Amino acid sequence: MKAKGTVHKYGDNVDTDVIIPARYLNTADHKELAAHCMEDIDADFVKNVKDGDIIVARANFGCGSSREHAPIAIKASGVSCVIASTFARIFYRNSINIGLPIIECDEASEKIENGDEVEIDFSTGVITDITKGESYQGQPFPDFLIDIINKGGLLNSLK
Amino acid sequence: MGMTMTQKILAAHAGLDEVKAGQLIMADLDFVLGNDITSPVAINEFKKAGFNSVFDKEKVTMVMDHFAPNKDIKAATQCKQCRDFCGEHSITHFYDVGNMGIEHALLPEKGLVAPGECIIGADSHTCTYGALGAFSTGVGSTDMCAGMAKGKAWFKVPSAIKFNVIGKLPKYSTAKDVILHIIGMIGVDGALYRSMEFSGSGLKNLTMEDRLCMANMAIEAGAKNGIFAVDEVTLEYVKGRVDREFKIYEADADAEYDEVYDIDLSQIKPTVAFPHLPENAKTFDEIGDIKIDQSVIGSCTNGRIEDLRAAAEILKGRKVADNVRCIVIPATQAVYLQAMEEGLLKIFVDAGCAVSTPTCGPCLGGYMGILAKGERSIATTNRNFVGRMGHPESEVYLASPYVAAASAVTGKISQPSELTD
Repeated sequence: MKAKGTVHKYGDNVDTDVIIPARYLNTADHKELAAHCMEDIDADFVKNVKDGDIIVARANFGCGSSREHAPIAIKASGVSCVIASTFARIFYRNSINIGLPIIECDEASEKIENGDEVEIDFSTGVITDITKGESYQGQPFPDFLIDIINKGGLLNSLK
Repeated sequence: MGMTMTQKILAAHAGLDEVKAGQLIMADLDFVLGNDITSPVAINEFKKAGFNSVFDKEKVTMVMDHFAPNKDIKAATQCKQCRDFCGEHSITHFYDVGNMGIEHALLPEKGLVAPGECIIGADSHTCTYGALGAFSTGVGSTDMCAGMAKGKAWFKVPSAIKFNVIGKLPKYSTAKDVILHIIGMIGVDGALYRSMEFSGSGLKNLTMEDRLCMANMAIEAGAKNGIFAVDEVTLEYVKGRVDREFKIYEADADAEYDEVYDIDLSQIKPTVAFPHLPENAKTFDEIGDIKIDQSVIGSCTNGRIEDLRAAAEILKGRKVADNVRCIVIPATQAVYLQAMEEGLLKIFVDAGCAVSTPTCGPCLGGYMGILAKGERSIATTNRNFVGRMGHPESEVYLASPYVAAASAVTGKISQPSELTD
């Protein structure tokens, strides 16, 4: 499995309140949530994001609330992958459970810049910055989690 | 090598003699929680996956607290969806307007969580129940759905940071100041993926309400869970609330910790976390004149009876400053009733506060106290992220009930000693 797209770059501690503000949590509709994705940190995100685009951020991405609406809003925006130095733990497991590809890589999170074209190979964990002509080794998922992903997410894996 | 308290609970719930940090396990759950924001997503997934029933109708709860009493039509629809689902599946513990409270104040109060249990909740502050010596952690709605259907969840076994608590808090220093101090020290990702384990000779000087407040904010340091050693205070609290058998787990003497910190309670000063991260903790020698527009006293962190008593101690016979809105939110109906019986509600209303029915309301910028552009609130809540209580250009400062009440009186961020000296 691979992802390829244009990068939207953010800093440390991007919290779930800026990914999807609580004032929009009176619905669970994926499209409505996507319409407000990243609104309080990047008001133009919704206007600029294209199918396949990639979010790159620094440490502790997705900290704060347990709202699954956050990875849902990102996925429903068309984003194909989130790369970060580290993820907050609830966001990490929510992303796996709903099938939003995420990958931890400190080097990629530091060097990749806004607007770069990036490709990710999930089977190897290799992240390639096509714009810069550089590659970085990300942390691939452990087998336990690959099994959940291959079975089509948590709920299917438990059936 | 020995196990931490968390590792022991997880091993027992995974049917294993031993677990190690980093190991991935499937654990049996004792209780599964959702609220009016997270449950609808779980219910949709439950139906989509074709599950017919919940694993145990006594071990699932839904608490209508975030946007309830219903703030608008969409919120009403979400609550109705939860109500219908709980009716359809005969779920015993459904808490709606009139008997609900803020989930993390309500569940311990009702005896629904006990020492040694393994609990998940689709709310990040589910880590609160670690105060009772349980393993308890926040998850998302898909995990909640799987937990409701199968009574199981996957976990990566965490390593731990130990906090050796000694001494006793000075007057006007509180558990909130302790946890803000700790988050300021280790940062908002200082305990990422790990447990925060609290033990030591000073624990006996922390009430259950203090511990609930501290465990509640473990997530603000990125922790998987916060957990307190079980002692007389714990057993006294659960007596008369928990009527089922429970098991007490202790960390092994040779348990390995990533780090160990000594926390001397006697050195803790009133602390305020500045926007826009809970780690921006400052004591009053670093705080100048900061005017406020609002003071919120409540939430799953500080909406319990001891918190209201602290606020009332400051507000008694005083008035909220002109141009400041002070909103007091008892966390549960029982807290509300107790506050009424003790005369606290009269003190609040006499001082010019608004007293609300239990709700999460303004803490997450839902309703009941939203900030306009450029406005500033002191709050006893747990997060001060951008836009957390309203407009993206508003500000939230986190503090104890003493500081929130004193600030409401002076109209600027103040500690109680400014009023009482």
